Formats: sequence, structure tokens, C-alpha cells
Amino acid sequence: MRDAPYPERPDPSPQPSPERERGPGASEAGEAGYNFAYLDEGTKRMIRRAILKAIAVPGYQVPFASREMPMPYGWGTGGVQVTAAILGRADVLKVIDQGADDTTNAVSIRRFFARTSGVATTTRTTEATIIQTRHRIPETPLREGQILVYQVPIPEPLRFLEPRETETRQLHALAEYGAMHVKLYEDISRHGHIATTYAYPVEVAGRYVMDPSPTPKFDNPKMDQSPALQLFGAGRERRIYAVPPYTSVRSLDFEDHPFRVQEFTEPCALCGASGHYLDEVVTDDSGGRMYVCSDTDICETRVAEAAR
Amino acid sequence: MYVAVKGGEAAIDNAHRLLAEARRGDPDVPELTVAQIREQMALLVDRVMAEGSLYDPDLAALALKQARGDVVEAVFLVRAYRTTLPRFGASIPVDTGAMAVARRVSATFKDLPGGQVLGPTFDYTHRLIDFALAAEGATEPAAETEPRDDASTCPRVTDLLAQDGLIEPSPPDDGAPAGDLTREPVDYPADRALRLQALARGDEGFVLGLGYSTQRGYGRTHPFVGEIRVGDVAVEFVPEELGFPVPLGRIRLTECQMVNQFKGSGTAPPQFTRGYGLTFGQSERKAMAMALVDRALRAEELGEPVVSPAQDQEFVLAHCDSLQATGFVEHLKLPHYVDFQAELELVRRLRAEFEQTRDRAEMQKAAE
Repeated sequence: MRDAPYPERPDPSPQPSPERERGPGASEAGEAGYNFAYLDEGTKRMIRRAILKAIAVPGYQVPFASREMPMPYGWGTGGVQVTAAILGRADVLKVIDQGADDTTNAVSIRRFFARTSGVATTTRTTEATIIQTRHRIPETPLREGQILVYQVPIPEPLRFLEPRETETRQLHALAEYGAMHVKLYEDISRHGHIATTYAYPVEVAGRYVMDPSPTPKFDNPKMDQSPALQLFGAGRERRIYAVPPYTSVRSLDFEDHPFRVQEFTEPCALCGASGHYLDEVVTDDSGGRMYVCSDTDICETRVAEAAR
Repeated sequence: MYVAVKGGEAAIDNAHRLLAEARRGDPDVPELTVAQIREQMALLVDRVMAEGSLYDPDLAALALKQARGDVVEAVFLVRAYRTTLPRFGASIPVDTGAMAVARRVSATFKDLPGGQVLGPTFDYTHRLIDFALAAEGATEPAAETEPRDDASTCPRVTDLLAQDGLIEPSPPDDGAPAGDLTREPVDYPADRALRLQALARGDEGFVLGLGYSTQRGYGRTHPFVGEIRVGDVAVEFVPEELGFPVPLGRIRLTECQMVNQFKGSGTAPPQFTRGYGLTFGQSERKAMAMALVDRALRAEELGEPVVSPAQDQEFVLAHCDSLQATGFVEHLKLPHYVDFQAELELVRRLRAEFEQTRDRAEMQKAAE
């Protein structure tokens, strides 16, 4: 399957292809006493129904009966439930947090699925069929057949303008997004810039204004017309929403203040890439800094290629 | 160096081992048994059952042991277990009027059928540390309790008031199945049954603070404790194949009926209204606070202005759950360096622009 033009959605056969690596301690059936990928099939069906509705109405927040998961709210329970509901035995799962596969929570979620489903896991963006993420979109362009699952803390883009669910629901129904534009305009008049740097609001398919989750606005352009399916899960707030493949995702802006992404003046100190989102790492207590790729997979791949 | 974020897997494993060690404490001190926690930390166990929405004292005690005594963590363990349990149906409503009361007090009537029963309460203890308790093995003289006549009924105070039409009647049972906020997302506005469900599993501290705020004028409800009762009730279930109720067992509950002023409206004569609180186990503080908040949340229904946090159901219901609250507060300790980097870049740019403007202004001033 790796030679296919793009990672295909797994076939329904229960046997995983043998060449894939198995997670540590993973068994065919997953964790004893629990269903495949932890959630019971009834719950998965409920979540899949919400996902299908979300795909049918891009950018619309679909309420779902979020379950209490064995990890805390705020740790990605929404993303975990979405992943659990769509995961098949032949899937290859990648989990990133802050762009990195080796941050503690990414490790923890990857192990959770390795343990409860026994699916193969990977750190390679190109090999994954499902990528669960917190705060980043991989630098490697995604392809058809891949699914990006976002962990979402506050799904409502209007929440900080209007805390009431009853109100925001109505605003969405009427496509009344004036307040958001006023907020962005006020930023410009006060600071000369739109002072939103992450969770930057987008308009999906020309209709709903959507929170892209707290990814830096650097990643917003990657959402537009993406060949991959993008699913968003908010466990605590009990909402699922989606951007189907090849859907327009426009970052809100003004004609005279067009949307701009962050620019980094230095290349990555490890792989030399420019045009990637970088982490600033403090190297000493006298102002020493280095900048390195936040996406560990692409950085390691480039370093390995350069060494060859 | 950059390797600081590497090795997450080994670090997590070691953290778990350290946690296990810390949980056990000094191995020279005997290990707690679940039965000891259940019997001697009973009110703590009750709180974990109430907020965990699962009546199982042994499981709650075990969760407390595993959680090193952290209430919210223990509630978390119970909830995560509860969510995996199959639902085979709903019991018929428990009859608290038929409760075998261990304690029952009314603040509105000096005496009443069934009497005032103090029961096990801290209310009149002097809060002096009892150093004798530090010496284990002491036995207390047995309490003298009046033998209760099983036939003696203990009618609810609100039922007594209702006979004269002085208090609003209980809403009739419409036969509709009760909602379940653990199975369906809350749709605002939520009905009273769902609100009570949320409050019953809500964080005791949060509900207490909200209830207190109504007493201090933020949505005042002029409350009287009509009655608090603590005791055991039978839980009965009607299996479809039998068609008649069979007892499943008994559970201990605390019920609070708050009686509140209501001046009446164009359509309703002046009469007392109610706030209701019910919790697993013995927790009068929680049941009373819940009753205050329940009444405050009925503001709209009773035509009162909604101006205070305790009257605002979106505010109360969205924030009363200890797991949701702790999750979102504590998630701030997860890495956020990608977003922080984005903010750093913006602040640096804004500061550079600020300094440019200031320098230009100063040069202009010097030139003048």
C-alpha cells in the first residue's frame, strides 16, 4: 500500500498488512476487556453520524454526545473520540502535538490507540492514513485519502465576542458575522495589525465562520482546498465539525489589510529549511536562541536526506 | 538543548512509577484498605459518588485510594468507568417520602409529623481537635437513639404545605423519559430535570459558592430550609419481561427542600416556591446549595429578572462540572509553544513599531 499514489483508506479486511510496524504491546484485539479503539460500537455510530453531518455542512458545529474519556478534558478528548470512531484495523496513525511526534501528550495518545486498537503507528506524515493533531498542520502537503483530526478546545469562533450558546447559534444561522469583522477592524485601528496570531477565524465554503483550532495562522492557508478530509473534535464542548476535501477555507481579512502569515527571518538551525513554522528554543540564560522546525517529521527527514 | 522535548515515552513511564511510589507513601506505614476508606472516610466517598454519578461505595473508595485522596481525580476515575457501563434502563422514581430517615430536620416548623431527628451531624460539635483520636483503638459509648416505629410516616414538609395550597405543587410526572446529559449534549435552554442532573453531579465547591451568592443578593430567593432528610430509600426497577417492580437495593440519599418566597403574579396567587436538592450519600452542604441554585435558575419560569450568575443557566451548567473545569484549567500546562511563538512574533513586531514611532516623535520634538 505504501507504493500507492496516495495512502488509500484502509480496506475493510480485518487483517493488517504484515509489513507495518505494530505499536509496543499491541495485540490484534487491542486492550483486553475493551472494544476495538476503546469506544463501544454504539458510541462510534453516534459519533460517525455527527461526522457525516459535519461533512455535509462544512464548518457547521454539530453537537454530539461526547463521552467521558479515560484522559482529561483539554487533553484532546474530542480528537480522540473522532479518531476512535473512524479508526480501522488497517489504518496507520500519526499523532502530533505542537507539530512534534515526541511531545508527551502525543506520545500518550499514540500509545492509547496502539494499546486499545493495535493499529500501526508512524511518525511519517506520508505514511499515515489518519493524523491526529494539536496546534499544527504538518508541513508536508497532505494527500487524498488522508484524514487530519484536530483537537479543539473552544469550537465557537464567536465565543469571545458572545459567551452565550443560544446567541452564537443564532448568529451562525443568520450568517451574522459583523461582530467578528468589527473585532478584527478594532485590532487594526489600535495596533495597526490584526492581533490574532492563532485560532485565526476562517470562512468555510463561503458560509460558516469556523475556528481552525489553536493552530498558528501560519497554517491557515494549508486548510484551503486541501485534498485531505479535515475533522475537528471538541470533547468538553461536545461539538464536531469538518472541512471536506477540496473546500474553500478563507481567512477573514480586509481588502486593504489582506491576511498575512508569520514570517521567520532565520532558517531552521537543524535542517536549514525556510518557510517552515519554527519553535524558538532558549539555549542559555544570556539571550541565546535557536530556531528549529516545529514539525519534527519533516525536519528529521531533511536532516537524514542531507546526511545521505 | 533541543533534546529537551525528546524521550517523552521513557519520561511518562518513569513519572507513572514515581506516582505509584508517592501514592504508597512510607512503606513502614500500613497500607490503607478500601474497606477502611469506605467506612472511615464515608463523607468523602459520598462526595465522589455524587460527583461521579455512580452509587458504588467500594468503587469510590478504591478510586480515592488510587487518586491519593484527590477528590476530582477520584471522580474522574469513577466517571471514566461509569461511561463504559451498559444502560439497561431507568429505575422508577425513588420515594423519598418513604425514606428510612437517619436524620431529618426542618427549619420552618418546630415540630411536625415524624419529628426532628438530629442523627449523625457535625452541627453542634465544638470544633476542637480531638487529640484522643490520634490514639487508635478507643471505643466510644454507643449512642442512645429512640427506636423508630417503622409504621410512623415522615411526610415531606412540602407535602404538608401543599395541602393548604401555600406552596406550589410538585410538577406532575408527565411520563416522559428523563433526559440524560451524559448521553445527549445539553441543548439550551435546558429543562429543570436536566439542570438538576447537572447540579447533582456538579462540583460541590462551585455549587456552594453559587448558592451562597444568591444569599448575598446576587439573585436573592428568600430561602427557608423546609426540610433536610438523610436516609436510605429503595430503588425499584420494572423489567419489561416481568411488568412489575422488583427491588434492586437501597441507597443513601440526602434531600433538601428549600421553601422560597414568591409574591405571585397576574396568573398565580402568592405562594411559596421550591428549590430542590438531592445527592448520593450524606452531603447536606451540597444538597442545600443545589436547592438554592435550582430555585435561582427558575427565575425565568417565575417571571423574575435574570441578572445574576446563579440565575443564568448557561453560566451555571457550562461551568459546574469539576472534570470539565479542571480539564480546561489544567490543560494550560500542556505545551503551547507554537501559539506562544505566534504571540511572541506579534509582540516583538508591535514593540518595534512602538519604538519607531516614539523615536520619530522625539526627533521631531528635538528639531522644534
